[in-house]
Amino acid sequence: MTTATDMPGESIDAALARRRLRALVLFLLLAAGVVIVSILSIGTGALALAPSRVVDVLHAVLTGKVPDEMARDALVVVGIRLPRTLLGLLVGAALAVSGALMQGLFRNPLADPGLTGVSSGAALFAAGMIVFGERLAAGTGPLPFVTLPTAAFGGALLTTFTLYRISTRAGRTSVATLLLAGVALGAVAGAITGVLTFISDDRQLRDLTFWSLGSLGGATWAKTATVAPAILPVLVAVPFLARGLNALTLGEAEAFHLGIAVERLKRTAIFLVAVAVGASVAVSGIIGFVGIVVPHLLRLAVGPDHRVLLPASALLGGMLLVLSDMLARTLVQPAELPIGIVTAAIGAPFFLWLLLAGRRSLAS
Amino acid sequence: MTAVVTATGISLHAAGRTILMPTNLALAAGELTVVVGPNGAGKSTLLKILAGEIAPASGSVLYGDTPVSAMPPWRLAMKRAVLPQSVQLVFPFTVAEVVRLGLDGAGSAAERLDMMRRALAAADVAHLAARNYQTLSGGEQQRVQFARVLGQLMAGGRSEKHLALFLDEPVSSLDLRHQLGLLEHGRRLAREGVAVFAILHDLNLAAAYGDRLVAMKGGAIVADGPPRVVLTDALLREVFDVQLKVGAVPAGPFVLPHPAAGAAA
Repeated sequence: MTTATDMPGESIDAALARRRLRALVLFLLLAAGVVIVSILSIGTGALALAPSRVVDVLHAVLTGKVPDEMARDALVVVGIRLPRTLLGLLVGAALAVSGALMQGLFRNPLADPGLTGVSSGAALFAAGMIVFGERLAAGTGPLPFVTLPTAAFGGALLTTFTLYRISTRAGRTSVATLLLAGVALGAVAGAITGVLTFISDDRQLRDLTFWSLGSLGGATWAKTATVAPAILPVLVAVPFLARGLNALTLGEAEAFHLGIAVERLKRTAIFLVAVAVGASVAVSGIIGFVGIVVPHLLRLAVGPDHRVLLPASALLGGMLLVLSDMLARTLVQPAELPIGIVTAAIGAPFFLWLLLAGRRSLAS
Repeated sequence: MTAVVTATGISLHAAGRTILMPTNLALAAGELTVVVGPNGAGKSTLLKILAGEIAPASGSVLYGDTPVSAMPPWRLAMKRAVLPQSVQLVFPFTVAEVVRLGLDGAGSAAERLDMMRRALAAADVAHLAARNYQTLSGGEQQRVQFARVLGQLMAGGRSEKHLALFLDEPVSSLDLRHQLGLLEHGRRLAREGVAVFAILHDLNLAAAYGDRLVAMKGGAIVADGPPRVVLTDALLREVFDVQLKVGAVPAGPFVLPHPAAGAAA
């Protein structure tokens, strides 16, 4: 962790000013990165568009004056690419922020919605809704789209809460119990999802496969508009937990001594994680490792202060997921890889490196 | 003297076992109260109840005239600070960031910086301000936590007249110079009007720095008064189950702190 020990002798104001400057530069870089990656993503696909062309098309669409020669490009950009990119930004932000929140809540840099089974729990409930939902609502026609995110949210909430109850004893969260309980909960959810696969028909099976691998494919404005009202409020609310999460790193009793309403903080964090993960899983399935890689990279760059970490995680998470989606769309053209495979291929080696680098501190 | 914290009839049971018998205790402004007793005597439980961390099964704890149960955590945090035995961090916060946690929301940025600087200097950790807390030794970490607690008291002192400071075995990880320095500082805070409550295992330090000694055994207070009165051969035998003589010079060499001679701060 070089950031903290760069200059042991420097004055306090200089050290604080340096961290502030670093944070400012980081936010500028991330904002620029999000814009650049989004433009590249919108331009990538069977119909390749140069970045300048993407900017022209977006400008024309926003001003409402689309010339005829641009009509086809505008259709692709607005109808297909833009909702997919926006969905990627939202889901990436939700996953990364959920990771940062869980790590702060469990006081453990390895907590992540994917690794701890929260995503699996959400996917299980979504799968149950796919298989049984229409039977339960027999005769009333197709279920409204919002039932799926609601089911996923319920699954995420139940899993997060169970995980917390299992791994926390007398205010102390055990790293080993947390990871093992996460693996177990994930396995249980996976097994039941397997049973659901067994009893599902062909169309349901296709939907279920989509859920277990994760994909931004099939992104529509309707999907984006359904999850935005769930994810955006979470992104807005999360910075208000930053101070409490900073205090919580000292321990639960110490955070209380510092004036934090610890139980309320924990409940709020669990609820926000469940909303964000539930909404993400409902539209894009299980996408792993974003929640663990993003906050960790940011801690290396600017330190662990949650006031910087949480908003920066949202930006970097969105950017990395859109980037992964570009890879998923282009690596095996004209076919498309599930994005969960891309993030796992990048994230899993990173996670291994993290385990090896921190082996000693994990012993507890 | 003004009672800052008043506990009346507080008790606690867990799993059918009595952890704390009904106890009365008042912490006075300007007094350093030291609690001694064997392991499992209920010292930490008493501290946690007084600090508002756990609710007693019976009885009440008042800060001034306000019951602890009626105060939200932020309000309580302005009236008292707690130094735990040791604190480990999983994230690489710097020393300055740890100390800043005690100052959140107190005054302007310039005032906070000033309080942080004074707290760091008082705990002898100013030179560590930019260091990663995780890389410090146990004793250095404890002094950083002390700086954080001092900062919290400074922040609280801006609006509260009476403050309390709780120290839970504060010196167990410190070298001798910093043990004396921390207790010296605790006594100085008491002289400035803070009610200080410390759990100590070293009876010599307890006798040297405590204005008042409270001895506990089996969840009850068995002696309470000036160290001179409380520390007797009979008490040592009864409370600690050891055969020792108070004030008798042993045959071999021994070292005792003399706080009046001016310990390092």
